[in-house]
Amino acid sequence: MTSENGELKWVGKSPIRPDGADKVTGRAKFGADLMLPGMLVGKVLRSPHAHAKIKSIDTSKAEALPGVKAVVTSADMAEMQPEWVAAGEVQINFLDLSNNILASGKVLYDGHAVAAVAATNSAIANAALELIEVDYEVLPHVIDVEEAMAPDAPILHDDMFTQGVTPTPDKPSNVFKEVDIAVGDVEAGFAKADLIVERSFKTAAVHQGYIEPHAAVASFSEDGQAELWCCTQGHFTVRAYCAKLLGMDLSDLRVTASEIGGGFGGKTTVYLEPVALLLSRKAGRPVRAVMTREEVFRASGPTSGASTWAKIGVTKDGKIVAGEAILKYQAGAFASSPIQPGCMCAFAPYDVENVKVKGYDVVSNRPKVAAYRAPGAPISEHAVESVLDEIAKKLGIDPLELREKNAAKEGTNAAYGPKFGPIGFADTLAAAKAHPHYSAPLGPNQGRGVASGFWFNIGGESCATLNVGEDGTLVLATGSPDIGGSRASMAIMAAETLGIDVADVRPIVADTASLGYTFLTGGSRVTFATGMAVIEASKQVIETLRERAAKIWDISIDAVIWEDGFAKPAGANAGEFEPMSLGEIAAQAGKTGGPISANSSINAEGAGPGFGTHICDVEVDLETGAVTVLRYTAVQDCGKAIHKAYVEGQIQGGAAQGIGWALNEEYIYNDEGRLDNPGFLDYRIPVASDLPMIDTVIVEVANPNHPYGVRGVGEVPIIPPMAAVGNAIDSAIGVRMTDLPMSPPKILAALDNGS
Amino acid sequence: MAKIHVSTTVNGEPTEFLCEPQQTLLDVLRDELRLTGSKEGCATGDCGACSVTLYGRLICSCLALGAEAEGHEIETIEGMADGDSFHPLQQKFLEHAALQCGICTPGFLVAAKSLLERNSDPSETEVRYWLAGNLCRCTGYDKIIRAVLECAADMRGA
Amino acid sequence: MNALTYESPGSVDEAVKLLAAAGSDAKILAGGTDLLVQLRMGMIKPALIVDVKNISETTVIKEESGGYRVGSAVSGAELGEHDGMNNTWPGVVEALELIGSTQIQGRASMGGNLCNASPAADAVPAMIPADAVCTIAGPDGRREARVEDIVTGPGQTSLKAGEMVVDFYFPPRPARSGDAYLRFIPRTEMDIAVVGAGISLTLDEAGVCSAARVALGAVAATQLVVEDGAAALIGSTLDDAALEKLDAAARAACRPIDDKRGTIEYRTKVAGVLARRAAKIAQQRAEG
Ligand SMILES: Cc1cc2nc3c(=O)[nH]c(=O)nc-3n(C[C@H](O)[C@H](O)[C@H](O)COP(=O)(O)OP(=O)(O)OC[C@H]3O[C@@H](n4cnc5c(N)ncnc54)[C@H](O)[C@@H]3O)c2cc1C
Ligand code: FES
Ligand code: FES
Repeated sequence: MTSENGELKWVGKSPIRPDGADKVTGRAKFGADLMLPGMLVGKVLRSPHAHAKIKSIDTSKAEALPGVKAVVTSADMAEMQPEWVAAGEVQINFLDLSNNILASGKVLYDGHAVAAVAATNSAIANAALELIEVDYEVLPHVIDVEEAMAPDAPILHDDMFTQGVTPTPDKPSNVFKEVDIAVGDVEAGFAKADLIVERSFKTAAVHQGYIEPHAAVASFSEDGQAELWCCTQGHFTVRAYCAKLLGMDLSDLRVTASEIGGGFGGKTTVYLEPVALLLSRKAGRPVRAVMTREEVFRASGPTSGASTWAKIGVTKDGKIVAGEAILKYQAGAFASSPIQPGCMCAFAPYDVENVKVKGYDVVSNRPKVAAYRAPGAPISEHAVESVLDEIAKKLGIDPLELREKNAAKEGTNAAYGPKFGPIGFADTLAAAKAHPHYSAPLGPNQGRGVASGFWFNIGGESCATLNVGEDGTLVLATGSPDIGGSRASMAIMAAETLGIDVADVRPIVADTASLGYTFLTGGSRVTFATGMAVIEASKQVIETLRERAAKIWDISIDAVIWEDGFAKPAGANAGEFEPMSLGEIAAQAGKTGGPISANSSINAEGAGPGFGTHICDVEVDLETGAVTVLRYTAVQDCGKAIHKAYVEGQIQGGAAQGIGWALNEEYIYNDEGRLDNPGFLDYRIPVASDLPMIDTVIVEVANPNHPYGVRGVGEVPIIPPMAAVGNAIDSAIGVRMTDLPMSPPKILAALDNGS
Repeated sequence: MAKIHVSTTVNGEPTEFLCEPQQTLLDVLRDELRLTGSKEGCATGDCGACSVTLYGRLICSCLALGAEAEGHEIETIEGMADGDSFHPLQQKFLEHAALQCGICTPGFLVAAKSLLERNSDPSETEVRYWLAGNLCRCTGYDKIIRAVLECAADMRGA
Repeated sequence: MNALTYESPGSVDEAVKLLAAAGSDAKILAGGTDLLVQLRMGMIKPALIVDVKNISETTVIKEESGGYRVGSAVSGAELGEHDGMNNTWPGVVEALELIGSTQIQGRASMGGNLCNASPAADAVPAMIPADAVCTIAGPDGRREARVEDIVTGPGQTSLKAGEMVVDFYFPPRPARSGDAYLRFIPRTEMDIAVVGAGISLTLDEAGVCSAARVALGAVAATQLVVEDGAAALIGSTLDDAALEKLDAAARAACRPIDDKRGTIEYRTKVAGVLARRAAKIAQQRAEG
């Protein structure tokens, strides 16, 4: 491989993506863009109540409406048992999944799906929804995480007995589990501290905010086989979940991942997909179901809002001697929030001997949370990074220097367990310090904040197939839906390994019937894990190419080397032959043993942890509390940037989402427990005029476990912004904002209280 | 429900369609004319994914009725490339990696084209405000803004 | 299911006839940026939609006696391109242009903004200080009304069944006068006003304010005319003391609510701030 000779031809460049043309011309087919003959419109009836018992559902009037072809409720689903499976960073319980997709017995949040219809057009489908009669007995509800933990809180699940405490309680509660992480002795650590700072924070539930609503087109045939087309981060996962929920064999369900209009973790589970399948099965016709934006907000996964508390003790010279945190995460209406990774990440960037983190996973009457970029980490690290900033200010130490003094390095025992291999945290701190942004002057009412972030990155199962065409071009099939240009990265890695032109590799995302199981696109795993499968398949192809050249030249395979896209005799002793290109060998494939192709299926291990450090400048309008982000720089260790522009794009996009989380985004519930802002008008994601350019600095400390050193990029950039913005606001106005989002009314109130 | 017969011009082609009175222009484009390049991100005017021009004005096609197109010209993303060559903005978006998932891209391109037709030398701030009704959740806007600014500079130079 | 009909009459008379016949089941469609959202969300279920954009009276801007007559359905984008209105009533133009995005601007009209009767409508608190008068056509013929007399409550207007707004007349601008509109939103764009403040004022030759009108939006069920705010400015050079009085008068006038967009306390405080800031801009414009 060229990488071993040092020179890289494609890795680190930014060739135009292979799927680009379709995306700038409108030709690309996203979830809602597929139309099948005879297709029906599927729509979902949703609960108007935050918490209610379903006494009865009468669908007879809806069924009688001309044009209605099927009505389904939870009674149409296969019977489920409680069964937990790992789904990326979170756990999924099939019984809960089933009850979330179509409620049975109780509705647990505003927007909870209750029934669905398929009709010949959307007006009829809407009319049918109005004809479904649901008799509810409204129950008291609870939205806030602290209130849900109170002894007298309305209980969502009678069978929820807190896990992780001994003995298991005999009274049900809304706390699904408690998590404890501890190393060393925090009390002893705090005893050695010259300064201890502790503070409580609240972060709001925020939505991933992908621009494409969930969409699925299902088509069942009479023999029980079905096809499903949907926008998902993992069509193999969709197949697994849907087959289970409908009681189907995996091989009877073929799932095709459409182009996907953003996911950020939110499209790693299923909502509409099983419903579309149920409707299609019942109606005997294809069904397309598409969520409205309102449904996306009310019923698809935000990430947890939380109450957090962090306490850090340091010596006079800034060495952290103890860190403690308590984290209470909303899970939504069903168990399992990203509390575990939240607890693990809290102090991960730092070399701290004494750490204690306690986490609570709490249900309340909100939509079930779904993964969102670095699930759990932004929330816990926000608390720690904010307290660190306060410590730096109190000690009069530069905040980057304070972090440098404590930064985890190769060999540091991470607070969550493992010993770090080569990592680039210190490099990001040094790069941030050296960046001109860090020393640029500030004006009145302006402030600068910094914060860092850590994420594990993950590996997992991936497959890749590489088929060499007779003309020497290649089709590369993987099972990883492409959210942000990953096909380009896959083509780059194949071309680099093979030593050929990247334009000769046509990467595609294959459906579940055409390739082996591939875990979902998430956790920053695709470039790492699927990339490794691609490299593996490329190496297999090289083996075959050498074998074929050896055959043509009639020499031993050991006498053939592969270099820069050519088979060459290994040395003078091997014989005198003109180098043969991949194309030349491919042209003769029929005569030399048949078509050339390779499959690889791997379970990638050894993902390299990622670190980032961000610098943010803000200006605060003292009379209105408005915060303007003036300048933003994000430094990140990516291991190796395969496609440079898309790595920058991931960092910029993640930072922008983090800024939204910091300043304006939040789920707002009214007194009845209904979501008050289920639209982009009042769920305020950053618009173009809200942001400055986002400068990126890519640090490359190679991950030794990947042939090109890849670590994964997508998760880390959302972690630092909340604290970076908060720290900048504190620098500008001398007020520490502890309640997110740091929206103008809160800032003005804090200014008034402070002055 | 009587359907309405509408005669219009779509991307320069005389086009006729039948629509329900409440059908939006976006519904008509996508479901009747099968022009699915215009996307529905919200259907309430907040995201700009459905951007088209109607009578030369940039609008959200989700906030116009199909019936209103009678006698008017509609331009959509499908009409942006000139035969087999990209519009300079399309080319610049590709070169700058100004798209990640690409769902917002048609809307941004249509909106940016309409900006450059009115203002050949916009400032960064002008580009940002003109495009504020086009939401992108993937890119943080940086590369989109750069692509538009550079395209404007190139087109001025040409 | 309701059967909806769409009509696109070519004259005000025809429109009024259609409206009168359909009664409360009819809805006027101007830019549709409020109406079509409400239709989509199922908040309204009209039987008839009357599109008024094929009527020349509602879609043109004309100079008249030194002032301007602006059709009720003229879009923000068109108004923004009109030099005469920009020079004469920049505060009104900037208010309409603040509405929504560029895409919304391609459609949103003053008639729609007024008749939708949202307490947070941006154009209305700028039209009131400009002394805009609207022409209303109905089954009983035409009448005129001041803009501030149209909105009676959230979603409620004083228009009678079958009536529509045809156009708005903006009088000539007195010498040494200027107007301005400011609003506060959490983002830089794409939000509904948390508070809005419109001011029009006239200075005498010595720079002393001789006339003023102050209106606030989003701080009560309807737009508010703040007489005490105007009184605070009149007779002053907009010195700090006068601005402080204006600030206090604006705050005193507010009767806001707590909602997802802002708190009572916040809206009240910011109303004063924006009134002050808008007054300074209007003063600069008056000074030329
Ligand atoms: C994304 C988005 C952002 C927005 N941002 C803002 C904002 O920042 N500030 C703001 O103020 N508004 C905002 N709005 C609301 C809306 O755009 C404005 O109120 C706009 O001015 C409405 O004008 P229109 O022509 O589209 O009205 P339409 O929707 O056509 O009509 C609105 C109402 O007025 C009635 N009507 C219209 N014309 C007449 C007439 N001539 N006579 C009698 N009744 C009539 C209609 O029947 C309807 O009830 C926003 C809307 C959207 C979708
Ligand atoms: S779909 Fe039209 S603006 Fe979002
Ligand atoms: S590229 Fe995904 S929303 Fe813009």
